[in-house]
This record gives sequence, C-alpha cells and structure tokens, in this order.
Amino acid sequence: MKRLALLATLALFGGTVLSSQVQAGATFDAVKARGSLNCGVHTGLAGFGAPDDKGNWAGLDVDVCRAVAAALFGDAKKVKYVPLTTQQRFTALQSGEIDMLSRNTTLTSQRDTELGLNFGPTNFYDGQGFLVPKKLNVKNAKELNGATICVLPGTTTELNLTDYFRANKMDFKPVVIEKQDELAAAFFAGRCDAITSDASQLASIRSAQASNPDDYVILPELISKEPFATGVRHGDDQWFDLVKWVVYATFEAEEKGITSANIDSFKGKTDPTVKRLLGETPGLGKALGVSESWAYDVIKQVGNYGESFERNVGSGSKLKLPRGLNAQWNKGGLIYALPIR
Amino acid sequence: MSQDAPKTPWWNDQGNRAILYQVLVVGAVVLVGWYLISNTLANLAARNIATGFGFLGREAGFAIGESPIAFDPADSYAKAILVGLLNTLIVAVLGVALSTVIGTIVGIARLSGNWLVARLATLYVETLRNIPVLLQLLFWYALITEGLPAARQAFNPLPGVFLSNRGLKLPTPDWGGTEWAVLAALLLAVLGAVMLARWARRRQAETGQSFPSVRAGLGLILGLPLLVWLLGGAPVAMQVPELKGFNFEGGTTVSPEFAALLTGLTLYTASFIAEIVRSGILAVSPGQTEAALALGLKRGQVLRLVVLPQALRVIIPPLTSQYLNLTKNSSLAVAIGYPDLVSVGNTTINQTGQAIEGVALLMAVYLAVSLGISVFMNWYDKKTALVGR
Repeated sequence: MKRLALLATLALFGGTVLSSQVQAGATFDAVKARGSLNCGVHTGLAGFGAPDDKGNWAGLDVDVCRAVAAALFGDAKKVKYVPLTTQQRFTALQSGEIDMLSRNTTLTSQRDTELGLNFGPTNFYDGQGFLVPKKLNVKNAKELNGATICVLPGTTTELNLTDYFRANKMDFKPVVIEKQDELAAAFFAGRCDAITSDASQLASIRSAQASNPDDYVILPELISKEPFATGVRHGDDQWFDLVKWVVYATFEAEEKGITSANIDSFKGKTDPTVKRLLGETPGLGKALGVSESWAYDVIKQVGNYGESFERNVGSGSKLKLPRGLNAQWNKGGLIYALPIR
Repeated sequence: MSQDAPKTPWWNDQGNRAILYQVLVVGAVVLVGWYLISNTLANLAARNIATGFGFLGREAGFAIGESPIAFDPADSYAKAILVGLLNTLIVAVLGVALSTVIGTIVGIARLSGNWLVARLATLYVETLRNIPVLLQLLFWYALITEGLPAARQAFNPLPGVFLSNRGLKLPTPDWGGTEWAVLAALLLAVLGAVMLARWARRRQAETGQSFPSVRAGLGLILGLPLLVWLLGGAPVAMQVPELKGFNFEGGTTVSPEFAALLTGLTLYTASFIAEIVRSGILAVSPGQTEAALALGLKRGQVLRLVVLPQALRVIIPPLTSQYLNLTKNSSLAVAIGYPDLVSVGNTTINQTGQAIEGVALLMAVYLAVSLGISVFMNWYDKKTALVGR
C-alpha cells in the first residue's frame, strides 16, 4: 500500500508535466464535493437491485453503483440509493436528482439521443421473453395468438410485444399495470395467459412470487435485444469516462482471473495490463481524475464482473441464470473489455 | 402657520396602495412563471432534450387493452391519448350517474325511521368513506381476478353470459342493422317521456288536473322500441361469446379492470354523496314536512315535491365537488390496469421522453373536463336556486 501511495504521488508529479490538465465536469465535481454517489436503482428486482433482509442493497446493477463509488472515494459504501419506477428513472437522471442510472435500462438510440443521455458498457445482455403456466400447453410464442398478456407500461417491452404480434399477424389483449408486484399478482391469479418482460426479470418474478415456480415455463423465443447499460446525462464527459472505465475494469479483471480474494497475490506480476489495473503502472487514475488505486479498490471491494454475476443472478443466487451471452468474449459470450492502456 | 390638514402623500392613499399591491403581486407571479419557463427551456436545450408537441403525430406503436373506438398500434400518439380520454370519460360519466343514485338512496336511508335500514346505511357510509380509494380499487380488482374462476371454468348464469376472471362476457344482438333502429327508438322514447312529463307538470300547475306521466312515459319507453323491433321482423339472432383458444370470442366484454374501477369509484363517492344528501334534507325545516302532510300529501309526494326541491339547493354545490373528485380519482386506474388518460399518457411520456409536454397535456385535459363539469353544475345550480320575488 505504501508503495502504491508513493507511486501515486510520483504519478501526480509526472502526470502534471506529461498529460494535459483534466477538464473536470459539473457532475464529477458535484459528486466529489458531496462525498457520496446518488445512484438510481430498481424499486426492487431480485438479482439486479433490491434491498436484502437487512436493508442493504444488492444486485448486479447495484454493484455498478458500488464500483463507481469505490473508484471515486475508495469506499464502495458511499452510495445513496434512489429507488425509481420505470417512469421516474429518466426524469430523475435528466433533472440531476441522481448522478447515474443503474437500473436494468435498455440502451436504445432514442434514449441515447432524444433523452440526452450517454450509456456506459452493457453490463447485462437480456432479451424479452414470455412466462406462461405449463398447464396452457403452449410450446412457443407463435402459439400465443388471441392471448391476454400482462405487461409493464412505458417500457421497450410494451413496444416489442406489439411489434412482435404485428409482425406475425397475431392478436393479443394487453393488461397494463404500473407496479410490477401487482402485475405479477394479476398474472399468477390467471388474469393473463402470459406475462412478458426481460427473461432475467421473468426468472426473478417466478422465483419470488409464484406459489410453485415449477408450474411456469419461460418460452424459448426471445423477441428482442435488451442490452442493459448504465446511463449518465449529457454534459460531463469526465463523469461518463469514469463510469465507462469502471465497468470495463470489472470485465478486464475477470478476463485476467483477478478476484476480490486473490487480487493481492497479483501484486508485482509482470503482465502490463495487470500492472495498470492495480495502479502499479500509474497514469490511468490521473487521466480519469481519481486515485491510481481506483481499479484495485473496485475489484477488492466489489469483485470482478464474473463474481458479481454469480453472486447476484448466477449459480450463487436464487435466479440461477446461465452465463449465456454474458460470458466473456473468449468463452462464447459478449462481455468484452476495451483495452485498458 | 396654516391649519390645513397635511396632504396625504400618494403612497399613503388606501386606494393607490391597493392597486400598487395588486400590480406587485401580479408582477411577481409573472416573473416567477417566466423564470421557471425560460429556465426549463434553457435546461432542456442544454441537455439536448427534444421539445415540442411534434411527437403527437408519430406512430404510437403500443396496443391499448380496451377502447370505445377502433385503435391500432399503427395509429398516432394523439389518437392513443384520445382513446385514454374516452375511457376516462366513460368511467366518469357512469360513475357520476351511479354514485348519485346510490348516494341518494343511502342518504335517504340514513334518515329512515326503520332502525335496521338506518344503521345499515350508516355502516356503509362510515366504512367506505374512511378507507383510501386506492386500497378499495386494489381490493375490488383482487376480488375479481382471484375470486372468479378462469376462462375455461367460467360461470354461465344465463345462456350466452359468462363470468370469469377475464371479465363479464355478454352476447350482442346480431340483427343486421335493426339493432340501431331499436336503439334510436329507445332514445326517441326517452326524449318523448321527458317532454310528456314537462307538459303534464305545466298542465297540472295551470289547471290542477293530474296526468299519469310516469306510467305513460314507461309505456312509451318500453313500447316504441318493441314496436320498431316487431316492424323489423322480430329478429332474435345473437352473437354469443364462445371459448376459442385462450379466450372468449364474439359478444361484448366488461373487463375486470373497468368493473373494479367503476365499482370502487362509485361506492366510495356514493358514501360522500349520501352524507351530502342527508345534510341537504336535514337543512329543510321539519315544519315544511308537517305542513305538507297537513295539506294531505302522501309521504312520497312530500319527499318528491316539497323536501327534495328545497334540499337540492343545499346539495348541488358540494355535489359538484364530489363529481370533480370522482373524475380526478379515475386517474388511479393506472394501479389496476384500466387504460385511462393517465395510463396512456404515462406510456406516451415514457416512450417519447417528453415528460413536460405530456404532463402539461394531461393537466390541460383534466382541467378542461373539470371546468366542463363545473360549468354544467353551476348552470344547474342557478336553475334550482330560489327565485327571488
């Protein structure tokens, strides 16, 4: 640690001479001055963002908030969680009520442009599916003609559903209820033949709310691409950069096999990428406007992407989702960290 | 030294001051409003958020569960919002009518001499008006979706009528156009009955002769459509709902969402209207009733001809507030999935991201509807007001 600090100090001097001055933006400075991060999360979606029985927030999306706080303050606990509904989330981000939105939000061109947002790397690749009771004997989504379908309002889900049925010349009746719990309750009471949402969310609903999860099946078709990413508002590129590279650092750490448990054993290794991640080769922290140990803090306190995945939605959780598209690129998935150098 | 009273400076003049204060207050309001609007526009521009109402013409791309007019996802956002407005108006109009009827009956029942009737009415009022309306809506919705059987095990109380957790399915007449003629005849008959009643009242006021206008009116309302139906060849074909695939097809549906919303709003508002009706009746002095009875009027006539017309004057202003409340409370529909104005508006806002325009539009529409109700009720209030002689 001492050596790290020394290196950081050296880097500070060196950096001032070598690199151009970092232009700090409004959000970055405001968060730093406040001393805590206001992070927009789900009101309660098991595996992605939900308070546990002790009131601590946990989930894949929550881990992104914690990672950014760890990089910025060296302490993953310095986060104030703001639970938001699907309808509040963009307004809260645009108005500055939150600094970043990490709430299973699908990255779309319209949200990127018209809403005035920027999105970090995709931290979960999902797709919209259908959950149906097994006793209906439906084998695939094409058999859903004429069905009544429960859907959350105001999401891309609602549009995808309509597009899918229009494209296949099928009819359906939507039942649109604002709160997910009420919607799922209506589905499990038999008000709808199917409920549609992102497949991960359906797994979460099934494990949390069905009286017998085995009576329900997620149909094989995924009718949309739903890449979830962290959103920030336009106007502060430094803040955007930080969020972006914090997420990439967790990807890179997994690729290199660095975990929260074994990170200290990587000290002094010769791999240049590892040296940069651990802050032993200084420069990146300075460029991002944070301490050189930023990535070390993130991995030490939050863990790498794979750890976060397994803990929250994978084999270590109730959801038991397979890695699938969310495996590393060299293992058949889409998780690909841009080069950290 | 002059003994004239010193001239009051203009700023100490009461009239001038009053004007000055008003100008200052109006100026401050305008200034704050201008600041808010210009600040919002500047912020939106700085964040590259699109503004304006251009989104209304774009394709909506989402489906709406129930609609009185044909709606397709390819239609525009403007039409989607119109569908939401119509759904809101349907609930509001039916809710106002039903809650007035139930409220009046319960209000009169509370004053009944019958111990059981009065206590039951009190129980109704005290229970329903003291539970938040949102909870009542969720209760009715849960009762319908959890309490009724699935579509395949639907109750079938009458041939062609099915009751399940998918709603109440009713057969519709399939008479090849005659059904519209019957409907028109019904409307015509109702209009005729109203005119007959007015004529009968005027004649009684002038000549003292009474006319059985209620019986004649009922005869007209039942007879005329029946006559048209017989003339149309007495068709009996019905489009009966049939279980096909997932759901019933054919006939018409009263959806669980609509039923829960209408029931919840009606029963809740009726409990307030009952109290208003009771207060109105109690405001009429007992001497009026005694005098009317002494003149030989029957109990029903006393209520209809003496007490209620006077009570109406007390009842109408607070009743207007209840009608407005019911209309605005219908926006809670979003909690139980009825596609009302707010539900459709929310979806529109979320998909276009134009929150400020969308909310402004919703507020303007609710304001227009509410002002419409107010104008009508104020006109009715003036009409029933005591005419000074």
